[in-house]
Order: sequence, then structure tokens, then C-alpha cells
Amino acid sequence: MIKNISLALLTLLPLSLPSLALADGEVNVYSARKEQLIKPLFDKFTAQTGIAVNLVTGKDDALLERLRLEGDNTPADLLMTADAGRLYRAVEMGLTQPVESEVLTKAIPANLRDANNQWFGLTSRARPIFYVKGKVKPEELSTYEDLTDPKWKSRICIRSSDNIYNQSMLGSMMAVNGVEKAQAWADGLVKNFARPPEGGDRDQIKAAAAGQCDIAISNTYYYGQMLAGENAEDKAAAEKVAIFWPNQADRGTHINISGATVTKTAKNKDNAVKLMEFLVNDESQQWYAEANHEYPVKAGVAIGDMLQGWGEFKADSLNLSELGKHNAEAVKIMDKAGWK
Amino acid sequence: MSKLTLQNIHIRYSNNAVVHAVSLTVEDGQIGCLLGPSGCGKTTLLRAIAGFESVTQGSITLNGQLISDHNTHLPPEKRTIGMVFQDYALFPHLNIADNITFGIRKQSSQDKARRVAELLELVNLPGYAKRYPHELSGGQQQRIALARALAPRPRLLLLDEPFGSQDVELREMLAREVRDILKREGMTAILVTHDQHEAFAMADEIGVLQQGRLQQWDTGYNLYHKPANAFVAGFIGQGVLLPGIVLNHNTVATALGNVHGDVPESCQPECPVSVLIRPDDLRLVADSPHPATVISRGFRGAEYLYGLALNDGSQLLALTPSHQAHPIGASVCIELDLQHLVILPTLTSY
Amino acid sequence: MEIKPLLWRAVLLSMALLTALPILAVFGYVFVPAPEVWQHLRETVLSDYLLNTLWLVLGVGFGVLLLGLPAAWLNSMCQFPGQRFFEWALLLPLAMPAYIIAYTYTGMLDFSGPVQSLLRELTGWGYGDYYFPNVRSLGGAITMLSLVLFPYVYLLARAAFLEQSICVLEVSRTLGSNQWQSFFRVALPLARPAIITGLSLALMETLADFGTVQYFGVTTFTTGIFRTWFGLGDHAAASQLAALLMGFVFVLILLERWSRHKARYHHTSSKYSRLPRYPLRGSYAVAAVLVCALPLLLGFVIPVGQLLYWSVTTATNGLDADFIKLVWNSIMLASLAALFALLLALILGYGKRLSNDPLVNLTARIAAMGYAIPGTVIAIGVLIPFAWMDTQLNTISQQWRGSTIGLVLSGTLFTVLFAYNVRFLAVSLQTVEAGLGKIKPTLDNAGRSLGLSAFGVLHRLHLPLMKGTLLTAILLVFVDVLKELPATLILRPFNFNTLAVRAYELASDERLADAGLPSLMIVVAGIIPVILLSRSIGKSRAGEH
Repeated sequence: MIKNISLALLTLLPLSLPSLALADGEVNVYSARKEQLIKPLFDKFTAQTGIAVNLVTGKDDALLERLRLEGDNTPADLLMTADAGRLYRAVEMGLTQPVESEVLTKAIPANLRDANNQWFGLTSRARPIFYVKGKVKPEELSTYEDLTDPKWKSRICIRSSDNIYNQSMLGSMMAVNGVEKAQAWADGLVKNFARPPEGGDRDQIKAAAAGQCDIAISNTYYYGQMLAGENAEDKAAAEKVAIFWPNQADRGTHINISGATVTKTAKNKDNAVKLMEFLVNDESQQWYAEANHEYPVKAGVAIGDMLQGWGEFKADSLNLSELGKHNAEAVKIMDKAGWK
Repeated sequence: MSKLTLQNIHIRYSNNAVVHAVSLTVEDGQIGCLLGPSGCGKTTLLRAIAGFESVTQGSITLNGQLISDHNTHLPPEKRTIGMVFQDYALFPHLNIADNITFGIRKQSSQDKARRVAELLELVNLPGYAKRYPHELSGGQQQRIALARALAPRPRLLLLDEPFGSQDVELREMLAREVRDILKREGMTAILVTHDQHEAFAMADEIGVLQQGRLQQWDTGYNLYHKPANAFVAGFIGQGVLLPGIVLNHNTVATALGNVHGDVPESCQPECPVSVLIRPDDLRLVADSPHPATVISRGFRGAEYLYGLALNDGSQLLALTPSHQAHPIGASVCIELDLQHLVILPTLTSY
Repeated sequence: MEIKPLLWRAVLLSMALLTALPILAVFGYVFVPAPEVWQHLRETVLSDYLLNTLWLVLGVGFGVLLLGLPAAWLNSMCQFPGQRFFEWALLLPLAMPAYIIAYTYTGMLDFSGPVQSLLRELTGWGYGDYYFPNVRSLGGAITMLSLVLFPYVYLLARAAFLEQSICVLEVSRTLGSNQWQSFFRVALPLARPAIITGLSLALMETLADFGTVQYFGVTTFTTGIFRTWFGLGDHAAASQLAALLMGFVFVLILLERWSRHKARYHHTSSKYSRLPRYPLRGSYAVAAVLVCALPLLLGFVIPVGQLLYWSVTTATNGLDADFIKLVWNSIMLASLAALFALLLALILGYGKRLSNDPLVNLTARIAAMGYAIPGTVIAIGVLIPFAWMDTQLNTISQQWRGSTIGLVLSGTLFTVLFAYNVRFLAVSLQTVEAGLGKIKPTLDNAGRSLGLSAFGVLHRLHLPLMKGTLLTAILLVFVDVLKELPATLILRPFNFNTLAVRAYELASDERLADAGLPSLMIVVAGIIPVILLSRSIGKSRAGEH
């Protein structure tokens, strides 16, 4: 019996080691973006250039940790995240290297990339306020700061503070208003929660549509997916709410990016840069806008009817590195505020 | 007053009769025994009395209360009948005191403590209250199992092969010990066993069962000396059935000469019968008209058990004091020394 | 021959140590002081973590006993309509990952889900007009986890009930306890070690659960460890939290040991008679069917129905050649891990039996604690030593060959398998040890006296005797690995996905319906082993062959 088990293991074990041979010249990517949101573009890249792309997806923090522990021997050339804060952290941890690419610096606005070209934003998304049509008049809304007003008591839905989008949103506020005001804002917002935070961004919109609250905070592409999706219930829910772009009179609506950075010891740096450049060309940027309802980082790229229908808005021009700088402190503020 | 009566009990498992037409009575304070080879139905009968099996026909009454018939079945826990199992089945998760008080939990704690002390005294294990079963020897566990069964003062105690897992040498001693305890408590009890020595040592009355039928219900002495049939004769004690021919109402002719005793009424002169010859019915003598050859010899300490062959080929057993030694193959002479003549109607095989 | 025991000891110790390494690696941070973070935690969230975890453990503990025990008893002692079906079907919820059952019930019962929407439509109520239990709550998490974890208690309790000598139950009847009293006073206490084992498996899974509590927004120790490690970036405080969690587990185990006192649970009786099942009729039969049907319905039929519905509506999106590869990857990985874990458990379990070395025992205990540690923590614990070894290998290679060789260990499936082993060793080790415990030492002696070596005794006596046990160990780990997500997610190599990874990616992108198909496939792949499992247990009644 032991013999049989050992034999089975011996024959099967080689199956478990296929990843040893990563050919030179291929690009190895650690991505916190979900496979379905990135793989189609990689396939196009391979088709056009003949450069193969190998992919591991995962949660951003975990991938960062893996990168850190693997150190100089890491096979990863490129790290992609769904948030600027994590890119900032990768730089802080010394896991990245700068990239000189005219294509990238030209295509991407300065606030959406690192000042030292350590990381680059590839798509952008806004985190505006959604209100239930008929229950809230857009005139009643103005800024994020205003959401602490007692008139919104028990009317706001937002997800847990575990989520990086909320941490980054608070981070942007800390950068502008300082820690004390940010704490006061978090305290006030928690007081206006319709219910303890639960679920994801879509769930906030659904809860608002179902009458649990009047205001929801969500990223734009979730709203776009719901409107465009096959699920009739989701679509109906999304149609009950509308976007309000806050802070148009001052700093603008909070935005975040998905982006990429080349690892410090990348063995295929040139091809990695080629891949990044590919991702900001017009065609790729348009694909993002259409397939995932994200905003292109590159100016002048055509966006679909849906995104156009949401209207033009002024985006916060804060350099997104600030989000990362304030992240740990933001978590503490939320803990103190009792934001679950 | 605890009197157990079984009336024409039949027990059947899916058309397979396990117990057939058994009737018996155990009087108050008496110890009865069901004796028989394995598979004879004795355990099934005991479990029917306990309430773990239902009867197909007949009735069981205890103190005049009907507890089982074909449409009455008092559940075991309502019968106040105690039971001791072959493997004792002590509860391993409870200490001795808790095992003993298991059946009397509704009593006050003083009463319980008193009963535990009393019973431990009775079974001669004082001071064991806080021990756990696994810390006790087999014999001690057995006595605790008895104490546990006695604790609720059952109307009747059933013992299923209670000494089965003990050494053969110990069994009789333990059986006498348990008998003393039961008698002191005035307990009515039924014991199930396949070991006749155990049965003799413990029971007042014994029933021999074979293939679900009660062959005889009697005292040990009568089972041995007045067996009702060939099966009982063969099962109880040792002995050989010697063929004979009835001469008249009290004489039978055999190879060892004419013997005298009560011939069953059904047997007419000239009718073939069997005469039960126990090993202690034979003596080896210096001279007699009946020569025999020693074909086997078993040493029993004080005695030898000889296997003997007569000239006509029939074989006999003889028990003699061990100072009379004869080697195998030796020629000896034998003589009958019959106290009770047992004559059985036909030569049935058993 | 003098050297052999020493060699044995060395092998055992190094194996146990290697498995314990990731746990020790994480706890390496325990002694780094982190007063500032701790002060913050104490002032803000620590009491929440503590209370929620406590309630979760108590709630799930109560829930799995409530669902598992009555069903186990009914299925070992009674006859009622459908009993033969329920006997194995009650194991099916094991195939359902907790995070997936959480998705399905949220989809159905959420405020905006079909059930509540229909209710509002029918009654005209709006938000706040009526009470409806919130799925995404502590109570919801307790319910979800209980629904998928109760089979552990059912499984082990039933096996224990089936093994009990009928005599002790009959004695109890003759001493005036009816069937139900006998159950509570004798059968239940006697089955206690088995029930505790089942309970501890369920509770360790509960403590390790991240997906469900995080999805429901319940802050527990596990989510706290994540938040502290990643959000606050403080490894020391995070591993101290993890150590606290382990301490919690340890105290529970000690309490149980202590409460057993001197009582033993092995049977004083060696006689097993026919187990008579008593037939239930009328309202009793209906009640029995309900007791068995309800957990099955809630823990399996309804969520699978929801997954099926989602799969059918989105089938066009997910079903392609890529999907078949996912299925193959999942099954291949789970089989390998199950064999791997069994082999290790056999060696450790048998070694412990032979040598009874306290050091080996302790290390094996630590190694088996992986079951209560969240997969992500294990994954990082595996990465720390593996990456270190890779660095050393590369340094050596640089000196000898003048070039580096890249990662040899990390980033391969071997790493993933190793992590599974650390995570699930408890399952296989406990099963194997229980199996070995049933074999009397006199049998070993008999084998040795007949000229068998120690290995021969294992090979010729123990393994054939433990066939059922070994199968159980393999199947349990198989199903567990099939469901495992966090460690797979972090450690897997390039271009390698499993069903669990795919289901997670879609669900975390808030595309629940699309996640239906891979989720359903996990459940389907888990059903077959679960059925086999139930068969092997049905046959295992002692004294019958």
C-alpha cells in the first residue's frame, strides 16, 4: 500500500513542476487585476508582437508579499494592481525600478503616474456619489465632506473599510484636509450609515435601489457593468440610481487607477515596457472603456456612449502617490471611527 | 414476592422459530438457570424476559403482572428487571459510584451514597467508589456490574453468561460467591450459561434447552440422576448409553448383565431401550464376568477417567481413584455399581 | 540495529519540523515588540475581534452539534423512510465551500435579492416596514458555516455510535432509562471523544475561515490578522494576533482534556451484537425525516439549486476548453495533496505509535495546528523559508557556476502542495491516529513475534486493517483541497488556475452569477469522494466484516 502511494506520488509529482521553465524573453506578470479583465489584452499583445505573457493573479497585498519574499530571484517582471496605494507601497518596499519611456510619459497625465516614473496608471475610475432618483435631488448634494451633514442620517450605504477603495478615498481626503478633519469626516459619515457596511460596491447600489438607503458610494465601472450586464435585476437596480459628481467646485471627484510597475530585478524589462506601452495605445484604452467601463488615462481616446452619458466631470488632480502615503493611517482612522 | 412465569413462549424471527413452547416458573427468591449449548435459544429467551425481544406467542408474567405477550410489550426500562451482561458493559465514562447509581438517580444523594456503600460492602469492594472501570480487574468489574444491577432493587435479576470471560478455575468459585450475594439479598434471578458446573454451583433449578425447546426443568441433582431424555442425559455429566432389552417392568438385559430399575411405562418386554451408565457407576475389579480393554486414560488428579471397550465393541467410561493405574491396552474387569438406574425409551442419537 | 531508533527519530523529527516550519516562520515575528499598533488595536477593534470570534466559535459549535448529532443518532439507531438515502446524503454539504454557500444565500436573501423583493412586491412594504434577518451578519456567518461544517460532527459521531457496544445501551435500559435517556446518559458521553474531534475540526475550519466572514463584514481574528498584516503593514502585531488565536485553540484543547479527567472512552466491552434499529412510525418518522432533510436541504440542495440556476443563465460565458483545464488542475492538485498528506500522516502517526517521543509528539501537534490557521498566513509562512532556501541556492549557484538559477522551490506547484499539507495535515493525521488507536498493541506484538519487522507490521497488518481509515483520510483532504482558496491564490505558478481561483475571481469582481459554474463544478467534483467516504464508513462498524 505504502509502495502504491509512493509510486503514485512519484509519477504524479513531475506534473507539479511545469513552471520551472519560463523561457527568456517572455513577460511574467503578477496581477491584482482579475484575469478576465486583463487576459484578452495580453492575448492581443502576444498576437501582435510574438512575445508570450505569463500571468499569476491574486490579491494585491498577497502578491506584494510574494514579491518581497522572493526578493532578487523573483521571476516577475511586471506587477499590476487595481489601486495606486499598492503601487506606492511597492516603491516604498524597494521592489520597483524606474522606466524611461516617452510613450508612457506622453500618454499618461503626470498625476496618474509616479514622479520618478516608478509606476504608471493604465486606466482610471472615479468613486462618485450615487443617489436614488426621485428620493434625492441632485441639488441637495455637493461634496464628500457634506455627506456628514445630519440630513443624511441613516441614508448612506458604503462598503467595509477593509476595502482599498475606501482606504484610498479617505487617503485623498487626508492629503487635502489633514488627519484631524479626515477623522471628523469618517466619524460623521459612520453616523449617517443606513446599515453596517457589508457587501461590495454593487451591493451598495442594489441596496439603494431596493430602498435601504438613498445614497451609495461605488466605483463607476461597477455601475457600468450593472447597466450593461446580462443580469436583469442588476440592470433594473442600476437604472434606479444616478451619478452625482461631487466636489466639482473645488478639488474634483476622487479617482483611482489601475496601474503597473516594473520589478527591480526584472529579467525581461524591455518586453515588460513594451507591454505597458501596448496597454496605453488607443486601441487598448478603448477596449478598457468598452469592456470594463473604465476611463482611459490617455486623452482623446473615444469612450463609449454609456461613459459619455455620465457626463464630463472634474477629477481630483491629486498625485495618487499620496493615497499610498496615507494608507496605514487611513485604516487607523476608520478603526477609530468604528467603520467596520 | 417476585414470581416469574413463562407460559408457552414462542419467539420467531422471520419464520425462523428460535424459542418454541417454553413454560417455566421461578419462585420468589429462587435462582433459575437456562442451560444449553450455544444457539439453543437460551439468550434469546433471557432477552425476551428483559424486554429486548418480543414474543410471538405465549405470555411472561412477573408478580402476576403481564409484561410480554403477542400484543403486550413493556419496554425494558419499565420492567424493573436487572441484567448483568457477559462483558459486564460497565460505563467507561463513569466512575464506580456513578455506575452503581445509574439506575437510582432520582433518589436523594444521601440515599444513593448509602446504597453505594452497602453494595460495595456486599460485593466486597469497599473503597472502590471513585475508581474507574478500566482500573479494575475482570473479576472486580464483574462484581461491580452485579452491584449496579442490584442497586435499583429489581424484581428479577438476569445474568447472561456472567462468568463467561473468567478462567475456568475461577468460575465455580465466583458462581458460589454470586449465589451467596443473591441469596443474602433474597433476589429472584435467572442465569444463562452453557457451563453445567456454573449452573450447579449457582442455581436452585435448571432448565436444559435444545433447539429452542425446554427439555427439562428440574434441580441439578435430578437432571443428573433422572434425566428426562437422552439429550439431557448426554448433556449433563458424562455417560454412555448402553443398549438393552426390557425383560419385565423392572429388569433390563444388557451386555453387563441384567440391571434393575423403573422401566418407563411405554416400554413393553422385548422392547429395546438404552441404559445410562455414568463413569461413577462402574468399578474396576480384580475379577468379574465382564472383561474390557483400556482404550484411553485421562488423569484428573484424584481420579482417572478410563475409556473402556467391551468385547462386543461397545464403549464405556469409568472413573476410578488414581491409585488404580492401568496402562492403555490393559485388560480389566468391570462391575456395575448402580445407585439410580436410568432407562430411556429408544436409542436416539444426540 | 542500535542506530535504527535514532534514525527513525531523526526522520520523524525532521518531517514534523518541516511541516511545522511555516507556522514557526510566521511566529518568528511574535517576539518583535509592536506596542504602538497594539495600543491602537486595543483602543479600537480588538474587543470586536475577540467578541465576534468568540460568538462565532460558540455559535458554530452549537450549530454543528444541533445539526449533526440528532441526524447521526437517527441514522445509526433508527429506521425511517429515506434513512438509507440520508445516511450518505448528509455528508454532501462537505463538498460545499463556505464562501460559496455565503454567495448563494446572499444572492437569494439579501435586501435586494429575489426573496425580499418578492415579499415587498406582495405586501407593498418598503425598507424598514418589516423585519427580515440579515444574511450578512454574525448570525448569517454562523448559519453558513454551521450548514457546511456539521457533516464533520455527523461523520464522526455516527461512526462512534455504530461502534458502541449495544450492551451498554441495553444495561442502561434495564436500569430504567428509556431510549432517549440512554442516548443522553450513555451513548452521547461515550461518543464524546469522536464528537469532540468532529467539533474541533469544524471549529478549526471556522477559525481559519476568511472568505465568509469577510464577505459578511464580520470582523474576526482572521480578518484582523489580514488587516493588521496588510492594511497596517505590521507583521509583528499580525503574527501576535495569530499567536493569540492559536493560544485560544490550545486552551480549548486543554480544557477538554482536563474535563475528561480519568474517564476512559475505549470500550470495556468487546462483544458486539447485532445492532437492532428500531423502526419509527407516524409523527416520529416525520420528525426524523425533517431532522435529516432540513440540514441537507439548507446546506446542499438549495445552494446547489441557486448555483445551477446561475450556471444555466451564464453557461455560454464559462464553458470552454479553458474550463476543462481548470477542472483537471483542481482534481490533479487535490489528488496529489491527498496522497501526500496521507503518506506524511502515516509516517508521523506510526512513528508516534512506535517511539512515543515527546519531542516528536510536540512537533507533530504544532504541525497539525495548521488547520486552524488561515490559508493566507500559511502561504506566507511557506514563502518565508522557501524563498530563503531559494536565495541560498542561488548564492551557491552564483559561486559555483557563475550564474543564478532562479526560483527552484517557490512559485512551483510543489510549494502549493506543501502548503496544503501544512494546512490539512491535522485532518489526515487525526484520521490515521484514530485508525491506529483502534488496533490493539497486542496485534503488533503478535506480528513481531511471527517474524515481521516494524515496517512489516505496518504493511501486512495495519494497512489492510485500516483500509477504510486511509480512504477516509484521502477523501477528506481531497475535498478540503478542492475547496481551498487563499493559499492556492498566493502560491500558484504562472498561468495556473483552479476552479476555486476562478470562482473567487468572478465573485470578488461581484459577478456572482458568472461564478456559479466553477462553483458548481467544485461541488460536483467533491460529491463523488463524499459518497465514497460515506460507503467506507458504513462498512467500518467494528465486529462486522
